[in-house]
Amino acid sequence: MAKAAVQAGGSYTTYKRTGIKGRFSTRFGNFMIYFICGLLAVIALLPFLYIVAGSFATERELTERAFFILPHEISMNAYKYIVKTGTVFNGLKNSIFLTVVGTFINMAFTTTFAYPLSKKDFRGKDVILNIIIVTMLFSGGMIPSYMLIRNLKMIDTYWALTIPGAINAFNMIIVKKFFQGLPEELEESARIDGASDWKIFIKIALPLSKPVMASISLFYAVGHWNDYFGSMIYLNTGKKFTIQLVLRQIVLMAQGIQSDGSMIDWGNVGAPPDQAVKMAATVVATVPILLVYPFIQKHFAKGVMVGSVKG
Amino acid sequence: MDAPAVATVNKKKAAKKAREKVSQVPFRTYFKRHYLLYLMLLPGLIYFIIFKYVPMFGIVIAFQNYSPWLGIKGSQWVGLMHFKNFFASNDFGMLLRNTLWISFLNLVFYFPMPIIIALLLNEIRHERYKKVVQTCVYIPHFVSMVVVYSLTYMLLNESSGIINQLIELSTGHTIDFLSSKAWFRPLIILQSMWKETGYGTIIFLAALAGVDVQLYEAAEVDGAGRWRKLWHITLPAIKSTIIVMLILRVGSILNTGYEQIFLMTNSLNRSVAEVFDTYVYRQGITQGSFSYSTAVGLFKGIVGTIMVLTTNKISKKFGESGLY
Repeated sequence: MAKAAVQAGGSYTTYKRTGIKGRFSTRFGNFMIYFICGLLAVIALLPFLYIVAGSFATERELTERAFFILPHEISMNAYKYIVKTGTVFNGLKNSIFLTVVGTFINMAFTTTFAYPLSKKDFRGKDVILNIIIVTMLFSGGMIPSYMLIRNLKMIDTYWALTIPGAINAFNMIIVKKFFQGLPEELEESARIDGASDWKIFIKIALPLSKPVMASISLFYAVGHWNDYFGSMIYLNTGKKFTIQLVLRQIVLMAQGIQSDGSMIDWGNVGAPPDQAVKMAATVVATVPILLVYPFIQKHFAKGVMVGSVKG
Repeated sequence: MDAPAVATVNKKKAAKKAREKVSQVPFRTYFKRHYLLYLMLLPGLIYFIIFKYVPMFGIVIAFQNYSPWLGIKGSQWVGLMHFKNFFASNDFGMLLRNTLWISFLNLVFYFPMPIIIALLLNEIRHERYKKVVQTCVYIPHFVSMVVVYSLTYMLLNESSGIINQLIELSTGHTIDFLSSKAWFRPLIILQSMWKETGYGTIIFLAALAGVDVQLYEAAEVDGAGRWRKLWHITLPAIKSTIIVMLILRVGSILNTGYEQIFLMTNSLNRSVAEVFDTYVYRQGITQGSFSYSTAVGLFKGIVGTIMVLTTNKISKKFGESGLY
């Protein structure tokens, strides 16, 4: 083996045994591994490339040419159509609003709840943790929750999509663990200076917890952005629809099935959306996620790991 | 444990207790000093009580003929009638069959994928290449289920889907993937594979990163090839992770991704698609049979909780921390 490098956790060491050529089978095996992994990366991305290319193609090319990566004729019609009808943009606007406000509510509830529980000597901690663990194991289920939301008159409001999920128990435990790891000396010295618990939380604990705040708020934000089932159950008015609901309707319309029997109001454009428009709408719904992806990527691996460790 | 050891342990325990006693101020004093902490806790606590515990009490309507006009107090009690009706109906068998089929196929085809891919990625020595591949395969995890459904539609629809265009070029006819019963389950599994395989590798890669490099070096000096290193070093290193993931997977066998299934369901494939959660939605929210659908949901919830708790215990027996 000419070169044997064994890699561990990001860094890797290399050592060479001189004079020995790698066996053919080893080199072929290496080639296959690189090839398969490259293929997987392509498979993961190809559907996206296809719809991006398709969204710029003309309808004729989409139905007539079987396979292409780059369309012959670039057409902006699909995007023009989207801008003109406004439904997609309205959905986009709603989703952005919902994501921002929802994530803010999540973070406010989650951090204030996690902070007292992170105190070593906090009285009543065990009782409260048990209350939380029960909710992680068992829930009332879809219908009782729906009835509660209805009784609270939250149907068809964004409250139904933000408040009932204000704290995710797993995320709360991740934040709590992070608070527990903060140095106690800082808190003690602040206390000597006369700072209250609230002040310590705002001025010391939160600023020191930026990494965990970033990852948890990203988790919440992606959850809000991608939520479909919740918005479908609780939102009725077309104007309030999130981008996911709008996208679903656009794709459904071409299938000749309607989810609730009513049509989207396409205004004076009139025509049902064609293939290119559906692709363009999918692109529009995906792009925001891809824009924040570099930030997500930095943080999410941690979250996955902590999530699998018991609280 | 022999006698002296027990004695030391007891002594330590006593010392710990004494120390705790000293630090224990009366609750009233503690509360006065830290009332702000309790104030901070309050919104979250109210949240958990209203949105998690109140619905648990809402479950009583499963034993009633609930009508929204009469309310919980005024509705008639019917005992286990809804449960009996559910178990006697054909729907119960259909839901159980569909759920178990999808979970079983997921277990056989999807579950091994992240492990295999993690092992492949682990063999890549070119750091940059590995990073690029990882970055690409994680992306699908972050797009919404509606986008996955939309992509599936774009690729597979009969009139202009690219896959069907290719099939038509080679065979002359098209396949109706999206509304065929036979294709429903394979499509669900393929979607899960495409979306979650990459992300699923993270936990195994983390376990692999913990393997001592010296083990590989020593094995190489002894003349071990790729397969022998895989079999004797790599696999044993991630064995416990695999077992725990498997056990947890079995524990959540009733939890098929219902958003995904809901999106892929249409009137033509419903008989193979419907699972407990989509059924509860349709019966309860669409058709208004609140009591009946709550009973179905309760049945699923109880069985699911028992399975998770049991499998969690088993995973602890394997020396792993489990989930709770």
